[in-house]
Amino acid sequence: MADANWLWHLDTKIPSDYAEGHRVQEEILSRLEKLEWIRNDLFGIRLSMEEALVNAIKHGNQLDVEKQVHVTCQIGEQRIVITITDEGHGFDPEAVPDCTQLENLERPCGRGIKLMRSFMSRVEYNPRGNRVVLEKLRVDGSTN
Amino acid sequence: MGVYRRIAVSEVGDVTVVRFVDRKILDELNIQELGEELFDLVEKEDRKNLLLNFSHVEFLSSAALGKLITLDKKIKNHGGVLKLSDINAEIRKVFEITKLDLVFDIADDESAALAAFD
Repeated sequence: MADANWLWHLDTKIPSDYAEGHRVQEEILSRLEKLEWIRNDLFGIRLSMEEALVNAIKHGNQLDVEKQVHVTCQIGEQRIVITITDEGHGFDPEAVPDCTQLENLERPCGRGIKLMRSFMSRVEYNPRGNRVVLEKLRVDGSTN
Repeated sequence: MGVYRRIAVSEVGDVTVVRFVDRKILDELNIQELGEELFDLVEKEDRKNLLLNFSHVEFLSSAALGKLITLDKKIKNHGGVLKLSDINAEIRKVFEITKLDLVFDIADDESAALAAFD
């Protein structure tokens, strides 16, 4: 996405390893902290990255360390855009049951996707379902 | 009492109070270990009344929520009661978004939760 106003950019590939996923998360979050994003935003972004990376590493790449997860991140004055792509077959996010329906409350289904959609401003999957775009618009710091 | 790495366990009357060692309950491997330790309290140590105190916890992922749901089922199967307390505003929101605040009995603080056990 071309945008002359990006303050920071990351483009990296990591093996399917949780520790590597956390390292990338910390790199992005430390950058947001330096830019004084508020705590509520940081919480939602951390949680959404965790859910998306776990999905990519565990469900997409099946914990195969030979397979990589491609992470890009662009941070601007008022927004952050993260893409996470795995080498899996993908999935249909619309086919995941609604975890908030009474009959699904105690089932392990779709809770991570629900949280991402709630905490981020935009969550979009590519047609194959192996890449997710997470976008968060910055909340005015004066409210925190 | 077993030796635990992810939780600190104490007793108040007939209630087992559990505090979490990790401030961020995010790592899949830690969550797996956390789940096993919580399940052991019920299945190996036969504890009936559990209170999970989240005062030390800053982050929680959906994988951790899954363990809590399984724990709740195990405790109910053993005729026990599970309560949660001291959950910060952000994590409270996680429970509300997923509607798990309807599944779990959540008290504002530990003393209120303890008072609510029969």
